[in-house]
Amino acid sequence: MSSIKVELKQCEIDKIKEICQSFNNEPGELINVLHKAQGHFGYLPAEVQEEIALELKISVAKVYGVVTFYSFFTMLPKGLHPISICTGTACYVRGAEKVLDEFKRILNIQVGDTTKDGRFSLSCLRCVGACGLAPVVMIGEKVYGRVSPDGVKDILNEYS
Amino acid sequence: MHLLVCGGTGCKSSASDTIVENLKAELEHNSLEDDVQVIMTGCFGFCEQGPVVKVMPDNTFYVRVTPGDVKELVAEHIIKGRKVRRLLYENPETKEPVSDSKHMGFYRKQIRVALRNCGFINPENIDEYIARDGYSALAKALGELSPQQAIDIIKKSGLRGRGGGGFPTGIKWELTSKFEADQKYVVCNADEGDPGAFMDRSVLEGDPHSVIEAMAICGYCIGASKGLVYIRAEYPLAIERLKIAIKQAQEYGLLGLDILGSKFSFDISLRYGAGAFVCGEETALIHSMEGHRGEPTVKPPFPAESGYMKKPTVVNNVETYANVPVIFNKGADWFASIGTEKSKGTKVFALAGKINNVGLIEVPMGTSLKEVIFEIGGGIKNNKEFKAVQTGGPSGGCLTSKHLDTPIDYDNLIASGSMMGSGGMIVMDEDDCMVAMARYYLDFTVDESCGKCSPCRIGTMRLKEILDKIIKGDGTMEDIDRLRNLSSVIKDSSLCGLGQTAPNPVLSTLDNFMNEYLAHVKDKKCPAGRCKSLMIYKVIPENCVGCTACARNCPVNAISGERKQTHFIDTSICIKCGACIERCKFNAIVIN
Repeated sequence: MSSIKVELKQCEIDKIKEICQSFNNEPGELINVLHKAQGHFGYLPAEVQEEIALELKISVAKVYGVVTFYSFFTMLPKGLHPISICTGTACYVRGAEKVLDEFKRILNIQVGDTTKDGRFSLSCLRCVGACGLAPVVMIGEKVYGRVSPDGVKDILNEYS
Repeated sequence: MHLLVCGGTGCKSSASDTIVENLKAELEHNSLEDDVQVIMTGCFGFCEQGPVVKVMPDNTFYVRVTPGDVKELVAEHIIKGRKVRRLLYENPETKEPVSDSKHMGFYRKQIRVALRNCGFINPENIDEYIARDGYSALAKALGELSPQQAIDIIKKSGLRGRGGGGFPTGIKWELTSKFEADQKYVVCNADEGDPGAFMDRSVLEGDPHSVIEAMAICGYCIGASKGLVYIRAEYPLAIERLKIAIKQAQEYGLLGLDILGSKFSFDISLRYGAGAFVCGEETALIHSMEGHRGEPTVKPPFPAESGYMKKPTVVNNVETYANVPVIFNKGADWFASIGTEKSKGTKVFALAGKINNVGLIEVPMGTSLKEVIFEIGGGIKNNKEFKAVQTGGPSGGCLTSKHLDTPIDYDNLIASGSMMGSGGMIVMDEDDCMVAMARYYLDFTVDESCGKCSPCRIGTMRLKEILDKIIKGDGTMEDIDRLRNLSSVIKDSSLCGLGQTAPNPVLSTLDNFMNEYLAHVKDKKCPAGRCKSLMIYKVIPENCVGCTACARNCPVNAISGERKQTHFIDTSICIKCGACIERCKFNAIVIN
C-alpha cells in the first residue's frame, strides 16, 4: 500500500497521546484507539501508527497489521467529498456496477483513488441498509437512492 | 393522537428527518402540539414504500410521504379528519387505496416476534418499551426463576441461533453456565457483514431495549456480570440509539449493580467492529474485541469454555436476543407452536433485489419461498420472469423455481443447497447472469478472506480467476470440472465457516444453472445479456430511422451515421454501456 510521508506536529503527537490515555494505554483497546485517531486525522498515516505503537507499548507491525486488516481503516486521505458506491447484493442486481463505471469515467479515477484536486475520492461499501432505494450512493453523509448512470452527472454537479 | 414516522435507514435516507421537523412545525402552527405527538420509530419494514407515516389510533398507513406533503396531511387528516387518499398505499391489483397495513399483501402473512416493537415505539424512550411488557421478562427471571429454570425455558422454546448457524441457544447458554470462572461474558454480535442484509441493524435502531434485556437475562443464566455489544462502526444510528438505551436502563436500575434488588449485577459496554466479514465467526469476533486482527482459531476450545479474555463467553446475534424476552413473557410453548418441527419461531429477512416490495419482513419458519416472494414480496419487478433467490449471502446458494414450494427452515434450506444465513434474501430475474452472480460473491470472499489458511486465501482467488475467464468467453469445459474440484477442496480443508461455505455460490449455480455455464463456455454467449465481453451491440438497419439519438448519447462516440440514414456501431470503440439501447425508440439496436 502506498502511503504519504507526513511530519507530525507536537500538538498532533499530544492528541495521539491524549487518545491513547483516554483508553488507559490499554493494548486491548487498539481498535477503539484507531477509530478515534482516524476520526481526528481523517486517515492513519504510518507516522500516526508509530506513535500509537509507542504509547500502547506494542510493535508497529501489530498496529499496521490491524490497520490493514479492517476495511474501515485507511492509510490514504479521502477527498473533500468522499463518494461511496454501495455494492451490496441488492444494489448489485439493480445495476450498481454501471453507476460505478459512470463515476469512474466522469472523475477519471479508479476505486480507492482521489481526484488530483482532492475534491472527490471513490470507494465501494458493502451495504448501507437502504436496499429499498437500490442502487445507493453516499457522498459524505448524504444518501442518494435509485441512482441511474444518467443521474451521476447531476449528482456531481451539486458539489461543483 | 400519535404520528409515527419511520426512522429506519431507508426512510431516513429519503428525508424522514425533515418530515418529522415539518410535522412538528405544522402542528405548532395550528396549536396542536399538545394534542398530537410526533414520534420517530424504528423500521416499519415496508422500505419500498418509504418514507412511511402512520397515524394512530386510527391506524392509517401513509406511504412515500415527502416533506412537502406535511401541510396537507395535517390540514386534512389531523384537522378535518379526512384521509389523504393520494398518500395511501394502492393495492396493485384492484388499484384501490388501502389505509390499514393489516390488509396489505406485504403484511398479511407476517408475524412479528423479533420485530414486535419496531415501528410501534420510540426507540429512544425506555417508558414506551416498558409499556409494551419491556423488562418484565428480566423481572420474572430474576424474581421467580433460578438460572437453570430460565435456561430450561429457552431450551424448551427451541430457539436456535439466528446468525446463520442455527445452534440451539439454550444449549449454548447451559454449556457456558457449567464452566466455573471468576468472570464470564455475554457478547452480542451486531457486526452484520452480509452485503444486502440489514435485519440486525433494524432491530437495534427500532428496539434496542429488547437486546439489552435479553443480554441481562443471559448474564443471569450463565453467571456473567459483563456484556459486550460488538457493533459495526458503519452503523452510527444504531450505535447512538444503543448508547441512549443503555444509559436509560442504567438510570432505571435495569442495568448496573443489584438489579431489581436481586443481588444480580450486569452492565453492557460497546466494542466497535471495523469492517471485516470474517468477524461474524465467533472466535474471530472475540479476537477483534480484544484488539487483534479478526482471525479465527481452531475450535475447541469453544467460547463457552474459553472466549473473550480466555473466559467463558456466550456469543449470540442481535435477532436471537430480540426473541428472548417474548419467550419469557408468552411462554416457551407459545414460541414452540410457531414454525416447523426443528425450526421454531419466526425469521427476519431483508427481502431485496428485483422484487416489488423490498423491505424487512418476519415470517414463521416453514413459510414457503413462493409465499415470501409472490405474496409478501408482491412478485417480480416490471413483470419479469423469476429466476432465482439467493439466501445466506456469500455463504449461501441460489434457489430456483423448483424450490419455490420449499418451506423455509434451517434444514430444508441446507438440503436445497443453500442455507438460512443471517437473513439476506435477494431475488433475481431473467436479466441476471448466474455466472456473474457467482463471481460477484467470490469477489466478496476473496476480499474478505482473512488470509490465515491457504485453501481459503488462495483457493477463493483461483475460483474467481476461473469465473473471470468464463465470463470473458475464454472458459473451457475443463474449467467447469476444475471449479467443482477446487470447491470441494476448499470446503473440506478451510479452518472456519467463511472458507467452508465460500464455494457455495459456485456449487449451487453449477447445480441449478449449468445451462448458463455451458452457454458461456461453449456458445460464448451470456443468456441474460449481462456479461459485457460476450456482448456485441448491433444496429438493425430495417428499424433504424436515423434519428441520431443513439449517436448523440454514446459516451465514447462509437456510433456514426448521417441524419435519416442507418447508423453504425464501431465495436472496437464501443464500451457496451447500453446507453444507445435505452435511448432508441425504434428497437433498432440489439445485443448479440
